[in-house]
Amino acid sequence: MNLNVNFCGINFPNPTVLASGYLGVTGASLINCVNHGCGGVTGKTLFLEERSGHPNPTVLTFQGGIINAIGLCGEGVKNAGHEFEKYKEANPDNPLIGSVGGGNMEALVECAQIMDSYPVDLIELNFSCPNVHDEMGRPFACDPKMTFDATTAVRKVTKKPISVKLSPNVSNIGLIAKQAEAAGADAITAVNTMGPGMLIDIHMRRPVLANKVGGVGGYAITPIALRCVYDIYKAVQIPIIGTGGVITGENAIAMLMAGASLLGIGSAIAYYDMTAFEMITDKIRAFMKEEGFNDVSELVGLAHQ
Amino acid sequence: MSTHLTPKVKEIRQDAPNLKTYVMEHNLRAKPGQFVMVWLPEVDEVPMSIGWQADGEFHMGIANAGDCTQKIHETVKEGDRLGIRGPFGKGFSLKEGCKKIVVLGGGCGTPPLLSLSQEARKKGIEVLAILGARSEDYLIYEKEFKSLGCEVKIATDDGSKGHKGFCTDLLEAELEKGGVDCVYTCGPEKMMVKVAQMAEDYGVDSEVSLERFMKCGFGICGQCCVDDSGLRVCKDGPVFDGKAALRFTEFGKYSRTSSGKIKE
Repeated sequence: MNLNVNFCGINFPNPTVLASGYLGVTGASLINCVNHGCGGVTGKTLFLEERSGHPNPTVLTFQGGIINAIGLCGEGVKNAGHEFEKYKEANPDNPLIGSVGGGNMEALVECAQIMDSYPVDLIELNFSCPNVHDEMGRPFACDPKMTFDATTAVRKVTKKPISVKLSPNVSNIGLIAKQAEAAGADAITAVNTMGPGMLIDIHMRRPVLANKVGGVGGYAITPIALRCVYDIYKAVQIPIIGTGGVITGENAIAMLMAGASLLGIGSAIAYYDMTAFEMITDKIRAFMKEEGFNDVSELVGLAHQ
Repeated sequence: MSTHLTPKVKEIRQDAPNLKTYVMEHNLRAKPGQFVMVWLPEVDEVPMSIGWQADGEFHMGIANAGDCTQKIHETVKEGDRLGIRGPFGKGFSLKEGCKKIVVLGGGCGTPPLLSLSQEARKKGIEVLAILGARSEDYLIYEKEFKSLGCEVKIATDDGSKGHKGFCTDLLEAELEKGGVDCVYTCGPEKMMVKVAQMAEDYGVDSEVSLERFMKCGFGICGQCCVDDSGLRVCKDGPVFDGKAALRFTEFGKYSRTSSGKIKE
């Protein structure tokens, strides 16, 4: 039985990938995730400059999931090379995805250019974060033309595979994925958190997140993410990293059937801690055995009959 | 996973010039050594250790150590509410068959050791509490440790009470005597390095409680991971085995800021 995934020419030993924004601050933390069974990892989104992010509270749970407004903190792409090098030295066989963002096109391109010089296997463009509107305006990924232009600009500065991370907060995600593909993207990562949403404390009589609003993830986004990936699979030929509410093995298999080749794992860690990766891979393996599949790629897109 | 609560502050006590104890009206039932995230609206949310626990209440010894804790000292009054998430993390462990322990608290690191001593005394374990502070005024919870039946030894920097010098001097004398099953410590990190090293030298188990900049508190954001293990202080800690902590390359040396950048 084969659980290896060849994604844009890169071999992932299993379909689970640590999603951007989770446990990705340090190289040591990424190594720890691989030691717990994930196939590959994505670092936290980095910007050109160091960013402290929003003040706390930044991450909260509610009955249906998680809401966060971390605010894309990071030590800045210029300063973070040592974390990637540390990871790659320890884990040459588990692919590393470098995630970059930017408040404007020039910054995004420069950021991607620096990321290109690090030992990352694939570059993910995160221009879909829903909680930095105030300083950065509407995310690029909510506009087909801006998605096309930003992807085109980054395409010129790197030969490494590019995956464009899309926002679910759009009326036609397939159309936006098509624009990324037309601009030369090698893959799509779908989706970022939805919203923004808000939690209000009734005793304090105010929003709890310091940023007031934040991106919604966890179980709340599972059906949205499945629909988005389903739509994208119909719209484009390039492969998809399906992320958003992939929490149980069943969610993961459904995400593969919707059309994802790799699975971005994030909020599952809140529910199942570090066992999440192995639990999901084990479930996929058991399902394939029961249902008579030999290669995990046979599951991809099965829901499109 | 836990959603947040907003319990009322039942009582506030000034226990040292820089530390107030906030008695919270809530049955937290935390394991000794676990922590909570304390939210002061419009200001910040910070990790805080849990001290004394009783039916319907838990105590937090909050030192004025930063913008948020200063604002808590200045603005929060009895009857007000504070936001609480938790309890989070892995606490102290009292091993099976353990007869005598030493708890060593450096200044405002003392509260979680009081919670641990409550549990240890309930199990009939002998407890020696070594309390260190810069001077007599800054000593906290001596009375509470004594009320639990713990032996108390004191060290102050200026000699205004007890031994003049480090609390690790008192620990060494105790380890020299023998009969200690485990040493638990919380306080300045350089002091904890010394405690863990000393315990290891004497072949005694130890546990240390670390503090790092935190965001989520439940192990998903990666902000508080330590080098080189990548372990999360909020989830795999804050309490770590002393020997394991000594292998963390950053233990006693550096931590990270809110951006993730290394700060010596």
